[in-house]
Formats: sequence, C-alpha cells, structure tokens
Amino acid sequence: MASTETKTATDAGSVEAGLDALETAVAGRTPFRQTFTSKILPPLVATAVVLVVWQALISFKIVDDPTKLPSPADVGNEFKSAWLEGKLLGYIWTSVSRGLLGFAFALAIGTPLGLLVARVKFVRAAIGPVLSGLQSLPSVAWVPPAVIWLGLNNSMMYAVILLGAVPSIANGLVSGIDQVPPLFLRAGRTMGATGLKGAWHIVLPAALPGYLAGLKQGWAFSWRSLMAAEIIASSPDLGIGLGALLENGRNASSMAMVFEAIFLILFVGIAIDLLIFSPLERWVLRSRGLLVKS
Amino acid sequence: MATALAKADDVEVVEYAARIEHVSKSFAGPAGQQLVLDDITLDVAPGEFVTLLGASGCGKSTLLNLVAGLDQPSAGSIATHGRPALMFQEHALFPWLTAGKNIELALKLGGVPKNERRGRAEELLELVRLKGSYGKRVHELSGGMRQRVALARALAQDSRLLLMDEPFAALDAITRDLLHDELTRIWAETGLSVLFVTHNVREAVRLAQRVVLLSSRPGRVAREWRVDIPQPRRIEDAPVAELSLEITDVLRGEIRRHGQH
Repeated sequence: MASTETKTATDAGSVEAGLDALETAVAGRTPFRQTFTSKILPPLVATAVVLVVWQALISFKIVDDPTKLPSPADVGNEFKSAWLEGKLLGYIWTSVSRGLLGFAFALAIGTPLGLLVARVKFVRAAIGPVLSGLQSLPSVAWVPPAVIWLGLNNSMMYAVILLGAVPSIANGLVSGIDQVPPLFLRAGRTMGATGLKGAWHIVLPAALPGYLAGLKQGWAFSWRSLMAAEIIASSPDLGIGLGALLENGRNASSMAMVFEAIFLILFVGIAIDLLIFSPLERWVLRSRGLLVKS
Repeated sequence: MATALAKADDVEVVEYAARIEHVSKSFAGPAGQQLVLDDITLDVAPGEFVTLLGASGCGKSTLLNLVAGLDQPSAGSIATHGRPALMFQEHALFPWLTAGKNIELALKLGGVPKNERRGRAEELLELVRLKGSYGKRVHELSGGMRQRVALARALAQDSRLLLMDEPFAALDAITRDLLHDELTRIWAETGLSVLFVTHNVREAVRLAQRVVLLSSRPGRVAREWRVDIPQPRRIEDAPVAELSLEITDVLRGEIRRHGQH
C-alpha cells in the first residue's frame, strides 16, 4: 500500500494528461470581421431600411400631411435645434436621473422583499401571489392615485417607478432562488455552508442569473412607468423630461417634436439595457458556461 | 506533498473512522412507512477502503447520506470523527467559481486562514494532477477533470473519512479506469478512510480492501469479502475478475429473490 508510486501509476499520469488535452476544447476569440457581420451590421441595415421607407412615404407623397407624418429631415432639425439650444441633454438627464434613482430605490426594496418571499413560507403564502399578480398590472394605473396621494412632484414619480419595478425585481430573485439545484445545497451542507453561510456562499450566487433577469425586467418596467407618469403628470415645477417633451409636442401640434421624444425614449431604454444590463447578464452566463456561442 | 496532506503525526489513535450500529431508516411512502435500511452494522477502520455494493433499492445512497449527516437514522447510531467529506455522482462544483476557488471555498468553510488557502488549493490540484487549472471555469473542464477537482475539493475539507456516492458512474470507461488509478494512489498517499458506494462489481473489487454487499428492499448487509489482491490492481487482472464473478453470482441470487414473490 505504501509504494503505489510504481510504473502503472506514473503511466496513469501521462495518459491522463493526454486525455485532458484531448477533451479540453480550444476556444479562440471571434475575429472582429465576424462580430461586425453577425452582430453590428444587421441592426444598421434594419435602421437604414426604416429610414428609406419613411423618406419614400414623404417623397412619393403617399402620406402628404406633416401634422401626421413629419419628414426625417424635420425630425432631424428638431434634434438639431434642441441640441443647439443646449436642451437635449437636459431632457435626457431629467428622465434618466429620475429613472436610475427610482430604480436604485426599487433595488433596495425589491431585493430584501424577494429574499423574504423566497425563504419564509408564511410570507410567500401571504404575498407571493399578489407580487406576481402585480407584474401584470400596467403601472400607468398607479399614476392617478400617486398624484392624489403625493401631489405633482418627484416623490410621485418615484412612487410610480417603485410600484412598477419592485415586483419584477422581487419575483426575479424568488424564481432564481427556487431554481437553485438541490445538489448545490447538499454539496454546500457537507462543506459546512448552512444557514447564513449557506445563503451567502451558495444560494445567492446560484440565484444570480434569475436575479439579473429580474433586474433587467425591473429596469424596463421602471422606464415605462416613469414615461407614463411624465406624460400624464406634467407640471412646470417638474422640469422637462422626455415624457413631458412628448406631451409638449402634442400640445403644440408639433409632430416632429413628438417623434423626437419617442425616439429619445426608445433610445435611452435600449442604451441602458445595452450598456448596463446586457453586458452584466452575458458576463454572468458566459462565466458559468450557460451562454453558447452561436 | 504526501506528508503535507497526510499529517501522519497528529492522527489520534482511534479504532474506527465510521461506526454504524444497528442503523435502520424508513421513509413515508405511498404504502405507509417503507423500510429502506434494516439493522445495518458496519465499521470502517482508519485508513480502510470499503466499497458498498448493491442493486437498485438497497439504500446505499441513503446510508451514505446518513453517514454524511445530511439525514437522521430512524433507529441506531452513527459515529464519525468530525464531518465526513462527500463526493457525488455529479461533480457538484459551483459554476460561478473557478476550479481553484471551488477548493478554496471548502478550505474557507473549514476555517483555513485566508493567506494559506491559495497555496493549499494549488497543492490539492497538483495532487489530482491538475496543476495549472486553478483559474479554469468548471464548464471548461472535461468530465474526468471535473470529478478530479471535486475530489480535490472533498480532500480540502481535511476530513479523515471520504464518502463517495458512485462518483465515476457517469464517466466513460477510459476516464473511469484512470480515475481508479488516481483514487488508489491518493488514498495510499493520504491515508484516508474511504466508504465508496457503487453498483459496479468490478469497480468495487478493483478499489477496495473490503467489499460489503447489501441486499435490496430493505437494505441489509448480505455478505462481506476481504480483497487481498495487492495494489496497484487493474480492472482486467485475473484475480479481480475471479472475485468479481463470485460476488456477481451472490448479487444475482439476492436480486432473484425479488422476482419470486
């Protein structure tokens, strides 16, 4: 028993090294050309097609009414003048700062709430169904009561964001925790990760992908709720955000301004997702081998 | 390396690594209480390698869970020194950590100080011949490599008893053969006690000093064999094949009884 370091054993080592090499896939970086043609080019083409069709509708006088459909150039001018007056970034910042701050509040409330619902049976039975039901309630429904309770101010905006985003974030965490493989919990317990240690070292990291999906949806809901609130509750004291810009365009019968606002709302929503949530989600999934390169 | 892991000096003189005495376990099933384990008595001596062999329904995994402390016996008692390490059929490595960090987590939970963890993890990876895999993600490793990291993580718990629940059942034959060699080598180097569950008779004979056959429904100790074939053995060796044949005949007899009611 003492001298097993014999010929067979050392042989096993070299055979094993060979087998490891055979079974380990060699992963390389995708060249930029390929990334460009498969990821960047298609959305650019889609955008170009939309612009061409839009311009064609105007040029061939298929829609000949600038109060219904402004030309791309009109909308471009609207952007340009807002930029030259130095207001464009102000519009964006007013809404984005509100949205992100509201989202941060939603995060601070939704996370512990999700933990409670996932881990405490009584809480789950009591508010679990309500929490998932709330996700299907359009958050614009909260605007009238929020205005009545809090008045036309920023707190009312934040209240609407919270009511829109907290259920998504909490539900994401709950489903993330529910989907933690029992094997991980058993493995953790044999290593002594029980109670709080188990929650910190095993449950939370294992639930991260579900939690991130919840955050992503939570942001989408925050942004939608905020736009609804800004459109409905516009007031000079609130400053002009993107929703208020849209409402102002409607009041001024300026379709170009309405288009400008819609594009900005869309652009900001996509940009935040592309810059913050998608990279985060991809990083988490890729590091766990859950993202298959296509 | 061997000395660092074996710590031969501070092993207390004990007569057993695990002592299982008159253990029974029943679960609530559709037909009332179902007896899974019936009056099992079994000792694993320090440094001994024991395989538990049995067909489906013999409760071998249940018994391992009881020894691991993941479940409580309905009757009888189980004694071990500290918490045994447990290895599963699935590698059960955490995909959010690298191979090295998986091992370090076990060290951390075992109370190893922060500045020693990295070195210990590297040492353990070298022991399972995975030097240089510290920063690899779990999904970048092959099935055999994952099980070796899982073995290293189990060893990181610094327990004197290693429980293994069919750890090589999901591997291909070539890899399994090599891991048998590795496990035998590591067992000899570290002086661990191993309780290894399997339904593969040849694997049981290839590895163990003692093979314990469990009967099924309920699980009872049916018979025991000492395996005196010197290590290193190979699964193709004539004495291994011969004893496997003998055990297989008894195992088939046990299984046959269930078709007769």
